[in-house]
Amino acid sequence: MTTSHSARRDYRGLVPPALLLLAWFAAGRLGWTNPTLIPPPEQVLAVAWHYLGSGELFRALAASLARDLGGFALGALAGIGLGVLLGVSRWAERLLGPTFHTLKQISLFAWIPLLSIWLGYNDGSRVVFIAVSAFYPVALATFEGVRGVTRAQFEVARVHGFTARQRLTRLILPAAAPQILTGLNLGLVYAWLATIGAEFLLPAYGDIGLGDTVIRGRAAFNVALVIFGMLAIGGVGVALNRVFHRLERRLLRWRGDPR
Amino acid sequence: MTSLSNTLGPLPLAAAPSWPARLAAPLRRAGHWAAGLLLPLALFALWQYAVRHQWLAEQILPPPALVWQSLGELWYSGELRDHLAISLARVGWSVLLGGGAGLVLGAALGLSRTARAYLLPSFELVAQFPVVGWVPLLIVFLGIDEALKVAAISLAVLVPVTVNTHRGIVGIPRPLLDVGRVYRFTVPQTLWRVVLPAAAPSLFNGLRQGVMQAWLTLVFVELLASSEGIGYLMVWGRQLLQLDLVVVAMLTIGAVGLALDLALRWAESRLASWRRGAF
Repeated sequence: MTTSHSARRDYRGLVPPALLLLAWFAAGRLGWTNPTLIPPPEQVLAVAWHYLGSGELFRALAASLARDLGGFALGALAGIGLGVLLGVSRWAERLLGPTFHTLKQISLFAWIPLLSIWLGYNDGSRVVFIAVSAFYPVALATFEGVRGVTRAQFEVARVHGFTARQRLTRLILPAAAPQILTGLNLGLVYAWLATIGAEFLLPAYGDIGLGDTVIRGRAAFNVALVIFGMLAIGGVGVALNRVFHRLERRLLRWRGDPR
Repeated sequence: MTSLSNTLGPLPLAAAPSWPARLAAPLRRAGHWAAGLLLPLALFALWQYAVRHQWLAEQILPPPALVWQSLGELWYSGELRDHLAISLARVGWSVLLGGGAGLVLGAALGLSRTARAYLLPSFELVAQFPVVGWVPLLIVFLGIDEALKVAAISLAVLVPVTVNTHRGIVGIPRPLLDVGRVYRFTVPQTLWRVVLPAAAPSLFNGLRQGVMQAWLTLVFVELLASSEGIGYLMVWGRQLLQLDLVVVAMLTIGAVGLALDLALRWAESRLASWRRGAF
C-alpha cells in the first residue's frame, strides 16, 4: 500500500509545489497581481535573506522555541503525572476524572482572556497557556496507556516483589510507553500551535518570537514578511515532528517491533 | 497468570441476589457520581470563600453570584443566544466547506494512485503547519470579515477529514473490493455499497476531529478579530475588565464543546448499527 514511501524516490510529488512557485513567479512578472498584496517570490527571498543575515530570525526562533519547549515540558510532566494517577488509582479516577473530562471540553484558546487577567500580558502567561495545551493530550493518552496494563503484568510484578517505585518505573511506564509517546507527540503539536496562538493573542510590548514577527509584519502590511514568517512557523512544526519521530523510534527500539 | 486470577475471581453465584446485594450496584454508582462531584464542589466552596474574604479584587475573581446573574441577564436578553448562533453558523459552514473539500481530496488520495503520487507529499507537509499560522496571511487576503473566519476554520476541518478519509479508503481490505468485482458492481455501486460502509468509521473519526478542530479554531479567530460571536464576548468582557462575562463565555464554550462531543458520540453509535445493516 505504501509504495510511495519505499526506497525509490517518487519525484511526482514535487510537481504541485513547482507549479505553485511558477504561477507565483509568473504572476509577479506579468503584472497579473497587485505586488503589495501578493509580493513576488524574490521579495520573500529578500526578506528571508535580511532576517537570516541580521540574526533576527534566530533570536525570534530561539525565543519561540524556548517558550514552546518550556511550556511543553511543564504540561507534559503534569500530564504524565495525572495520567498515571488516574490510571493506577480507581479512587483518583472517581474523584478527579469527571472534573478533568469536563474541563477538557473548554476550547483551548478560551483560557487566554482569563490567563491574561490573572497573569498579565507576559511570558509567564504564555508559557502557562502552552503548558495547558500540552497537558490534556498527554494526560489522556497516559491514562489510556496505564489502563491498558494488564492484570497479568501486575501479577508478575507482585510475584517478583516489586516495590511501588519499581512498579512505576519498570512496569507501568514502559508498558504504557507507546501511548504516552503518542500523547507527547500530540502534545508537542498542540504546544507549537499554542505558542504561535499565544504570541498572536497575548502580545507583550517589545517581546520577540516568530508569532510576534508575523504580527508586526501584518501591522506594517509587509506581506513578504508575513509569508516568510508563516513558512518559518510551518517549517518548525515539520521539524519538531521529524525530531520527535526519530526520538520515538529510538525510545521504543527495545520493544523490537516498530509499532 | 490469567488462569490464576480467573480462579481467584468471584465464584459463580447462581442464586438470585438478596435485596441488599441488588441495591448495592445502584448505590455504588450513586457513590461514584457523588465522588466526581466532590472536587467541583470543593473548588466552588474555595471560590466562594475567597470572594467572601476578599482575597482578590472583584475584577480578578468575580463572585459566583455575579457570574450567575450575568449568565441570566445575557440569556434572557437573547444576547448570549445571538452570539452563540453566529459562532455556530460559522462552524457549520466551515464544517460543510472544509469537510466537503476534505472528503473529495481524501477520496482522491485514497482511490487514485496517481493522485497519491502527485498530491500526498505536499499535503502531508502542509498539514503539519499549525492552522493558526495561516491566519495572518488570510487576513491580508480576505480582511477580517466573515470570509476570514470561514476560511480559517475550513482549513482546520480540511486536514483531519482528508487524513481520515484517505486512511479509511486505503485501509479497506482487498477481499471486500474483490467481492464487489465478482458481483460486477458499477463504480457508484462500489463506492456506495463497499467503500462507504467499509471506510465509515474512519470517515466519522475525521468528521469528529474536524468538528473539534473547528470549535478550537473558531475561538481563536474570534478572539483575534471579530465583532460578534462567543469569542468576541470574551474579548469584550476582558476589555471592560468584567471577568464575569469572560467566565460566562468560557462556561458556554465548554457546554457547547460537551454537547458537540455527546452528539457526535450518539451519531457514531447510530452509524455503527447502520453499518451492521449495510453488510
